[in-house]
Amino acid sequence: MNPAVSPPGIYAGIANGLAVLLLLTEFAMLRAALLRAQVRLYAAQSLLVSILAVVVAATRHLPELYVLAGLSLALKVIVVPWLVSRMLRRTTTEIAGSGALGVASEVLVAVAVAAFGFFATSRFHISSPALPTTALGLGVAVILVAFVLMVVRRDVVSQAIGFFSLENGVSLVSLVVAAGMPLILEVAFLFDLLVAVVVFGVLMQVHHARSESLSTTHLTRLRG
Amino acid sequence: MPVVLILLTTLPLAAAVVSLLGRTRASQALTLVMGLACLGLAIALVPAAAHDSPHTGFLRADAISVVFLLGTAFLYAAAAVYSIGYLRAEEHREDFARYARRFYLGVNLFAWSMLAAPLVNGLALLWIAVEITTVVSALLVALDNTDNAAEAAWKYVLLASAGLGIGLLATIVMYYAGSTVAGQSYDLAFAPLLAAGTRLPHTAVQLAFVLAVLGFGTKVGLFPVHTWLPDAHSEAPTPVSAMLSGSLLAVSFYAVLRYYQIASGTLGASFPRTVLLVFGVLSLLLAALYLLEQRDLKRLLAYSSVEHMGILAIGIGLGAPLATAGVLLHVIVHAAAKGNAFFGAGVLVRKYRTKDVATIRSGLDTLPWTAPLFLLAILALAAMPPFGLFRSEFQIVAGGLAAAHNAVTVVLVVLVTVAFLGLSVATTRMLFTPGPRVVARGEPSAWMVAPMLAGLAVLVLLGIHPPADLADLFARGVSDLAGGGT
Repeated sequence: MNPAVSPPGIYAGIANGLAVLLLLTEFAMLRAALLRAQVRLYAAQSLLVSILAVVVAATRHLPELYVLAGLSLALKVIVVPWLVSRMLRRTTTEIAGSGALGVASEVLVAVAVAAFGFFATSRFHISSPALPTTALGLGVAVILVAFVLMVVRRDVVSQAIGFFSLENGVSLVSLVVAAGMPLILEVAFLFDLLVAVVVFGVLMQVHHARSESLSTTHLTRLRG
Repeated sequence: MPVVLILLTTLPLAAAVVSLLGRTRASQALTLVMGLACLGLAIALVPAAAHDSPHTGFLRADAISVVFLLGTAFLYAAAAVYSIGYLRAEEHREDFARYARRFYLGVNLFAWSMLAAPLVNGLALLWIAVEITTVVSALLVALDNTDNAAEAAWKYVLLASAGLGIGLLATIVMYYAGSTVAGQSYDLAFAPLLAAGTRLPHTAVQLAFVLAVLGFGTKVGLFPVHTWLPDAHSEAPTPVSAMLSGSLLAVSFYAVLRYYQIASGTLGASFPRTVLLVFGVLSLLLAALYLLEQRDLKRLLAYSSVEHMGILAIGIGLGAPLATAGVLLHVIVHAAAKGNAFFGAGVLVRKYRTKDVATIRSGLDTLPWTAPLFLLAILALAAMPPFGLFRSEFQIVAGGLAAAHNAVTVVLVVLVTVAFLGLSVATTRMLFTPGPRVVARGEPSAWMVAPMLAGLAVLVLLGIHPPADLADLFARGVSDLAGGGT
């Protein structure tokens, strides 16, 4: 143990705390059975990303990040969850289809994957002036758990939410290593996400209209 | 020249806006005009890009981007012609007006995003353009509104978006790598990243490159992230299948090439080449095996696309200048050959009302024009002389041997031969095996034959004698990719 290492300051503590909460919401999504609960968890996670952006903006004096936080709040906390829950209200399904694994095994797999992501990232020695690098490992862990969510869940809503939360993980990573990215690019990324959400919504509705359910278990005709 | 860049990125949008109005005839005519105009503009860019990189605002064209533009613009024009005949058979639908409106809106937006991707200057904008190609083409895959189309579209949008999530991560890591040299706020344009060269942090660039190959590789159709590809290609309307296969995969490969260019400038060429060789050989192996036992005509061609994307990755991975020139030529001739093959397959499917290879019989007796053209397209895809793919694959193989990559080159030749076996067995069965006459002799539409004749002309021209300007363009592209700067 190197005695010269100073304990993390308040800023680093807050930032790491928020990043840990982000990862925990991802785990909560993994075990949420109600589709509406998943959408709410996604909104909460997006809110955490926005708060983190504000914290970074205030401490590191990056005023563009305020705009980004505001846009991300409007889009990912309000518009996207609203679109998805509006679609959910039209369907009668409330409970997510059972996953490919039991909840306990899902969480175990996710813990293993998250730990792998966290420790593997620290090997890359990427350091950043904006945020402590612990947050980078946590961001990668969020992305990997989001993949687990998309793989094990068997309904279109969970899979789509998995993809959206994957994007939250990427946002966290980008706050760490690319906080100074020009605003115009960040806005373009967000706009792109909005387009993707609309297309996901359309295809979810197409799927629901054709199969009368949100489950993907019977999507097995095309193979070979 | 800057005006050409602006026109290329606005004309398809104009066609899309007109398509929104829902006048089918007007959309058809305008899409055709815009397609041909874009092809003309892309060709006009060739001499300029061979010696210079014209740019304006955030648009920029260099030799590599123009190669991909040519393939995309050609297929846009060809698909515009083909669609006129293709939609004629849909006219009986009660919702035809709506179908045609969505079809033309989608096709034009799709073409626009694919033309924009090679023209934007910067990795961030490139990611955005590729993401737009995904969402637009996913809707096009779902257009036919059958159970299979809905399944294919869902798988496609989910897998491709997840892949592009990885691609976004690659973009951000590359941003981080660049920011250590270019400062905290810069726009990820190509020139500063290439100029930074070895000063970029190596681990970060390595990470970004692998993430980019995996992420954009999802859209290229590289093993093991190719699984959406056969579904989407087989369920999309045929003109869209041709554009997916000939242009979309290539445009995503363009993104991989840009990362390759930066990574080999920073890390030296050996690491990125090895990564591409591994992905390329595995994709080729998988595709060759699936081609042997494929029952569905359009899936057959889709796996052939996986095969050809594997060849592209291997060609870059071999690293010899001759092989790299072969890859650039391969992008264009593959677009023409795969376009022809899908157009021909579309006519066969229309005529026999099935995609099952075992049900389609005596094609040569039934379709006097399409069947021979389809046969020639398959022979071209199998790299038979005198077609362009013979020249490009010959260059790749010769380059591989010259660079002393003997083992990889032998594997390449063997697997391409296996793939040829699969393709040719299925094709000869469909065209030559006599069967009960189930459909009347005759072509459904001359509009569906014309683009195949154009594609054949391109294939023969590029196979026998590529124009000098194009050779200059390839030479410039090769030197750019070998680290000659921009």
